[in-house]
Amino acid sequence: MALNIPDIKRIAHLARIEIDDAEAAQTLDKLSGILSLIEEMQAVDTAGITPMSHSQDVVQRLRDDVVTKDNQRDVFQQNAPAVDSGLYLVPKVIE
Amino acid sequence: MINHSLKELSQMLAKKEVSSVEMAQTFLERIQKYNPQINAYITVDADKTLTQARAADAVIAAGNASALTGVPIAQKDIFCASGWKTTCGSKMLENFIAPYDAHVIAQFDAAGAVNLGKTNMDEFAMGSSNETSYFGGVKNPWDLERVPGGSSGGSAAAVAARLCPAATGTDTGGSIRQPASLCGFTGLKPTYGLVSRYGMIAFASSLDQAGPMAKSAEDCAMMMNVMAGFDERDSTSLNHPKQDYTSELNKPLAGLKVGLPKEYFAEGLDADVAKVVDAAIAEYKKLGAEFVDISLPNASLSIPVYYVLAPAEASSNLSRYDGVRYGHRTAEYDDLMDMYMKTRAEGFGAEVKRRILIGTYVLSAGYYDAYYLKAQQIRHLIADDFKAAFKQCDIIMGPTVPSTAFKTGEKSGNPVEMYLQDIYTIATNLAGLPGMSIPAGFSHGLPVGLQIIGNYFDEARMLNVGHAYQQATDWHTQMPEGIE
Amino acid sequence: MEWEVVIGLETHVQLQTKTKIFTGASTAYGAEPNTQACDVSIALPGVLPVLNKEAVACAVKFGLAVDAEIAPRSVFARKNYFYPDLPKGYQISQFELPVVGKGEITIQVPETKKQAAYEKVVGITRAHLEEDAGKSVHGAVDGMSGIDLNRAGTPLLEIVTEPDMRSAAEAVTYAKKLHELVQWIGICDGNMQEGSFRCDVNVSVRPKGTQALGTRREIKNLNSFKFMQQAIAYETQWQIETIEDGGTIEQATILFNPDTGETRAMRSKEEANDYRYFPDPDLLPLEVTEEDKARIQAEMPELPEAMKARFESEYALSAYDAAAITTSRAVADYFVETVNAGGDAKLAANWVMGGISAKLNAEDKIITDSPIEAKALALLLKRIADNTISNNAAKNVFEEMWLGNADVDSIIEAKGLKQVSDTGAIEAMVDEVLAANPKMIEEYKAGKEKAFNALVGQTMKASKGKANPAQVNAILKEKLS
Repeated sequence: MALNIPDIKRIAHLARIEIDDAEAAQTLDKLSGILSLIEEMQAVDTAGITPMSHSQDVVQRLRDDVVTKDNQRDVFQQNAPAVDSGLYLVPKVIE
Repeated sequence: MINHSLKELSQMLAKKEVSSVEMAQTFLERIQKYNPQINAYITVDADKTLTQARAADAVIAAGNASALTGVPIAQKDIFCASGWKTTCGSKMLENFIAPYDAHVIAQFDAAGAVNLGKTNMDEFAMGSSNETSYFGGVKNPWDLERVPGGSSGGSAAAVAARLCPAATGTDTGGSIRQPASLCGFTGLKPTYGLVSRYGMIAFASSLDQAGPMAKSAEDCAMMMNVMAGFDERDSTSLNHPKQDYTSELNKPLAGLKVGLPKEYFAEGLDADVAKVVDAAIAEYKKLGAEFVDISLPNASLSIPVYYVLAPAEASSNLSRYDGVRYGHRTAEYDDLMDMYMKTRAEGFGAEVKRRILIGTYVLSAGYYDAYYLKAQQIRHLIADDFKAAFKQCDIIMGPTVPSTAFKTGEKSGNPVEMYLQDIYTIATNLAGLPGMSIPAGFSHGLPVGLQIIGNYFDEARMLNVGHAYQQATDWHTQMPEGIE
Repeated sequence: MEWEVVIGLETHVQLQTKTKIFTGASTAYGAEPNTQACDVSIALPGVLPVLNKEAVACAVKFGLAVDAEIAPRSVFARKNYFYPDLPKGYQISQFELPVVGKGEITIQVPETKKQAAYEKVVGITRAHLEEDAGKSVHGAVDGMSGIDLNRAGTPLLEIVTEPDMRSAAEAVTYAKKLHELVQWIGICDGNMQEGSFRCDVNVSVRPKGTQALGTRREIKNLNSFKFMQQAIAYETQWQIETIEDGGTIEQATILFNPDTGETRAMRSKEEANDYRYFPDPDLLPLEVTEEDKARIQAEMPELPEAMKARFESEYALSAYDAAAITTSRAVADYFVETVNAGGDAKLAANWVMGGISAKLNAEDKIITDSPIEAKALALLLKRIADNTISNNAAKNVFEEMWLGNADVDSIIEAKGLKQVSDTGAIEAMVDEVLAANPKMIEEYKAGKEKAFNALVGQTMKASKGKANPAQVNAILKEKLS
């Protein structure tokens, strides 16, 4: 599954990372190296093997439906790049 | 004082031979002196540290001290600490002041330990040399031209150069053990789920695990007593009974069955490193351990599997850095899309971007089964290998890293070569098993680590195995030259 | 060519929990912006999700209510996309293994001028738990949008149907039935204005008689049944005309504009989405055991279909009345309370569906707003049943009760509505009437039934309406025989 420059640009766009042509070429080179490393997996027969998401066979613990969080907006918004009237500001969202 | 163990420091404080404030000041002065050279710390805040030290002194004076009360500990800058700048080694979080405490930070606070500062690291813990940090690389105190390893490179250099008595780290594919090996000290990655990940900035959620980095196994045991424990805020935290990790330190090793995986001694292992590991094995034989040959047939697939799973999880975990609620936002943009694209292009470094792109690619439509699902299946095979191995032995030993510390810049142009640093450590992360590295000697003046892998929740035994060796040898007490 | 419309619905039901699905922040509606946006809601670095027990119980309740398979283990997955109201850059949802599997809902499509009423089974494909996004607020600052994350993380159950519906009427009937059901089982407040119940409607058309599905367009976020009706009608017509004009339908996400009555494609969704679903490593598999199911089943109210059948057999209600009473949980509760307080069931059904319903409709109220409590209504019905008052008199009392007076007996007393049931008194009145109307007696005996009714009327008049009509009837018959 060889990558090309348009693939890199498509992936970068999906990941919302701006990338110029020079960077895309460099990235293609490095990513291709990593992908060929990954390709070693394809030699393994994994038919019937259960995929492993977690190292322990445990199930989800459930939380009681009780309010435990109070309003910390002012503290949290000290880290925000742009706020107005308690709202986080972003360039206009078009639906 | 700088070479004392945590236990000794604790006793000095208890006997009032030194105050917590004085102890903190000693290390702060060392940091001031050596950090410009080594770059182990990103953030040092003497006021905050000394305020905590004064509080600790009051607790000691009141007779309410516990084991680590008043002892200064360096914290990897991946842990959110309320009021502290918490950068994760990234420009993205260059000015992020954490508004809450990670579980690990809260546990140390509750134990009365003093936060000495936030240590340097590879950006978002992605790296094996600490060269990907936005705040500059860290120097290996044993040879300033070399890297300390990574991603917990700042903590590693700080422990090795005695810029702290002990530090915390995190390990996703070897980020505690590899730097422990390269910088000559003891580092433990616990069983996945033993230490809460709450407040620890995520790299690859199913692999990330915090652990202690200190001079000795005994120090690590004392830190584990603070760090381990169930936390309801982390769904993957395991409700394992609390235990005292120091309680088994002095058990004799006679009859201990140690497995040596043949795959860990095959091609790729530096011959000098192999000699050091062999010598350590010989020492263990003297201590009464018995050795058996074992095989981990799928271990060689650890790296491919890891470089699918970790980037996949990371690509998603790092989507929250979008310039909306906190963190870097680009200065100029045309619209929302432009803001996202520029913010993330500027805020992340090259290696982080590479991993986000790999992760995005392997999860994208049409590739999921061939990459992600396949990797999860092989992950299962790797875990099963260990399960079978632990039927034959109690402990697995081998090298931590195939070689010693390399020179800054030597591997940074070739990610694949860099990734091979973790060839012996990654499998334990995939299986969720605990792994430890202890200093076992030197090769051309550079430290070599011995890796000790235990079964799930067998940290106490691993620490016992490490401690017994450290009672018989003095590799762990050695200090780099040129740093007094 | 004759066309057939094929419709499937995806409904986002906001679950009635106190806190968010993965964190203990309040879900209360209408708070100041971001005051309920806790560390997890704004996705601070390092925070982690922990699943709300109640949200799971709600999902299981729904599954049990539609007779669906409940997955013994289901999995939460991340749906990755960037949007400012989605703080993590992914939505935690369920993808491959949802908590609720296949089920079904039976709908009763009402009659129209062209068609009689009929029943239809709509297949439920699945229902899965997921988190809601925040909201974008426009216009506060020039050229910018404001993001409010109070709603981010509110638990949703997304209920997906098979493409089983063939008209806007069927789709709306299904949506109404679902809307009633989720309120009935207490998992959703049903408030459509506040967005607690939002429908996405997938519409496609195909030549009638063909099997292959046409390309569908998805109408997003319909929050009223009226708009749903209009949107489907418009969209169906648009698709047919587009195809007949030689065009093709492109798969698209569209919005309905209630002001113009038209649909339009969403600009932000133009880009083909690649959500890169994968199991969320921060969450473990959700287990629902047989014991869990049994426990939740025990908490479930009787379902409308079962209740309807019971009302028919236990109270001898007609199928029509039983269905009418059980269209809404609140109405059914009111009815049951009235019966439990001693009201006759048939009378209760008549009054609930008659007098009370008419009043509520006239005043645009729902049954929980009724100024007459079920207990008070029961007392009124008792007075009818025990012959204290006539049905007619009861209407008079009811009017007074509607104004807020609950004391039935005082009203009867004050208005002098008490029925005369004393046989002697009625006989005396009948005798007087018969004596005064010999002509009518003759007519009656000659076979004119009308004359009998007139005699009853005279007697009632003589009693000033208070005589028990049944008794008057009986006594008259006896005396004339």
